[in-house]
Amino acid sequence: MDLPWIVLFTPLVSAFLIGVFTKRLHNISAGISILAVLISLGASIGVFLQPDAAAGSLSLPWLSAGDFQVNIGLKIDQLSKAMMLIVTIVGTLVHLYSYAYMAGDEGKGRFFGGLSLFMFSMLGIVFADNFVMMFIFWELVGVSSFLLIGHWYYRNAPPAAANKAFLANRIGDFGFMFGILLIWVTTGSIHFSGIAENLGKLGAHSTLATVAALLIFCGAVGKSAQFPLHVWLPDAMEGPTPVSALIHAATMVAAGVYMLARVFFILEIAPDALTVIMWIGAITALLSALIATQQNDIKKVLAYSTLSQLGYMVMAIGLVAKDAAMFHLITHAFFKALLFLGSGAVIYACHHEQNIWKMGGLKKLPFTTLTFLIGTLALMGFPYLSGFFSKDAILIAAYHHSQPVFWIGLGAAFLTAFYMTRLFVVVFLGKERSHEAEKAHEVPVLMWLPLVLLAIPSAIAGYDFFIKHFLTLAPHEASKVPIIATAAAGLGIVAGGLLYWGRRSDPMYLEPLAKKFYFDEFYAFLIRNTQDLLARLSAFLDRWVIGLTVRLVSGGTWGAGFLLRCFQVGNLQGYALLFGAGVVALFYFVIFQ
Amino acid sequence: MVTLNDYLLVSGLFFALGFAGVLMRRNLIVMFMGLEMMLNAANLSLVAFSRFSHSGAAAGHMLVFFIITVAAAEVAVGLAIIVALYRAKQTTHVEDIAKLRS
Repeated sequence: MDLPWIVLFTPLVSAFLIGVFTKRLHNISAGISILAVLISLGASIGVFLQPDAAAGSLSLPWLSAGDFQVNIGLKIDQLSKAMMLIVTIVGTLVHLYSYAYMAGDEGKGRFFGGLSLFMFSMLGIVFADNFVMMFIFWELVGVSSFLLIGHWYYRNAPPAAANKAFLANRIGDFGFMFGILLIWVTTGSIHFSGIAENLGKLGAHSTLATVAALLIFCGAVGKSAQFPLHVWLPDAMEGPTPVSALIHAATMVAAGVYMLARVFFILEIAPDALTVIMWIGAITALLSALIATQQNDIKKVLAYSTLSQLGYMVMAIGLVAKDAAMFHLITHAFFKALLFLGSGAVIYACHHEQNIWKMGGLKKLPFTTLTFLIGTLALMGFPYLSGFFSKDAILIAAYHHSQPVFWIGLGAAFLTAFYMTRLFVVVFLGKERSHEAEKAHEVPVLMWLPLVLLAIPSAIAGYDFFIKHFLTLAPHEASKVPIIATAAAGLGIVAGGLLYWGRRSDPMYLEPLAKKFYFDEFYAFLIRNTQDLLARLSAFLDRWVIGLTVRLVSGGTWGAGFLLRCFQVGNLQGYALLFGAGVVALFYFVIFQ
Repeated sequence: MVTLNDYLLVSGLFFALGFAGVLMRRNLIVMFMGLEMMLNAANLSLVAFSRFSHSGAAAGHMLVFFIITVAAAEVAVGLAIIVALYRAKQTTHVEDIAKLRS
């Protein structure tokens, strides 16, 4: 069997075994899952080292209706190899981390089954060579996310959050499906290669192309939590922290960006759509950065930070800089997973306390602090760490393409530095603000080792010697953009430090930001009223349209019966009269007609 | 000259009177008398047709004999029924015997 198939299907086998046989046997399930992901990692390194041409495209027939053929095909090219490695590397580290983090959880077996299912689904998206296959795995990823967010299903919040995630995704997928259908109908193919051949039928710069591109983008809006469907990601933090690290930071939410990069050749011919994409990315980046400055739960801050960085990636796609977007995706996967796992370590050390104002003084955890610092600096775009290179690649593209978007990106960079400084200062520096923080001590090795292993690429992933294996980037041009960006970040660090050093509580309270710009309340209002309206409409239809028809029929029958009953007088003479009348009528008809 | 039409008219009037009596009288025995009158009207029209027909068969006359006989038998049976009904219901008013009312 070829290596790519091993990469893809080992986690599926693991998920199946765990789901069917070993769900109750926690350590065995964990073992199966970890073994599967290690095999997958090994195979993916093997695939990476193989040249593209040899791997090419492999295909299993899946669906065949007349001359419509859908295959489970694996596309192995530079893009998918890069993404595959990210998914397997981060996945392996999260699996190892989870063994320690989820120790003692009653659903540990179920958790690892979910993780394996997710690995399978995500790799399916990475390898997909046609839209239908991608859509199938797209939905599967949504299912895995649902299962993992709602892992602690017996509590109130997780199932609601899981529902919210799935529904928001579904809304996006609705548009996505229409886009796929539109492209299929126009170009006659759902395979990426076939679509590329027939791209002329969509027509460059045509309305059709723009509509198709925007509909496809809907899928990314849902999956990558762009405005206005961003509301599910912060709630998804109800899931265990390893899940947040793997799915809602590094991989699944990046799937939207990956998809856009994959079908960039379709987006290229619709510049209007690209403008829309750019603006939505920019809005998302700025909006979530603003909200993050006022959040008090460590995971929520990181969630909004993820939203902001995803906004950057989408913005980059809109700026026709898909390599910059993928670059940022790769570096982000490393440092965001690092940050989330680090926050998990902090939460674990503080006995599941997540409020940053109840932490403080945690610099006594050496590994956690140092790696978290590296992750923070990478995220802010501190010079010469990985985030610096990728973020600046995007900002340079913005500077040349659209000045307003550049300033928005810069503003988001300033805010990123601000709220991350706030987070670091409040959580790690100063004095302990609670009993749990005082008792905190460093986490087990199985938890800090992944942190260290992630810190290394977070630092060096930006350099040519590393990244040239994954992407082909445009050559560096001297520009003053990196200096401006670093200045913005520096300003943010200074502002955050000044405002939050040595504080016991937040000195600033900006209600709209703290209340996430009231998006949730607005959506609840919208849904409540549309549902109300729909309910009334249905009641009306049921009562007066369908009900009237039924009542007419029944009333008519009753009326006819009533009339006929008048003939049954029981009176002999009445019957005789009717008899006579009938004879007369008969005579009339016989004689005179 | 008395024509066929005159006889038929009289016969029709007899029939109508008899039918009206059946419909409008409440006493069973009087209803029965109306019934008899209807039969006799039919007899009259039969005899008239037979008299004015040019065939020598006189079929109508023959049929009238049969009808009178059958009427007599029917009256016997009918009166027997009325007597039985009177014994059961103690009334001859037809409105009180409306057992067929739904």
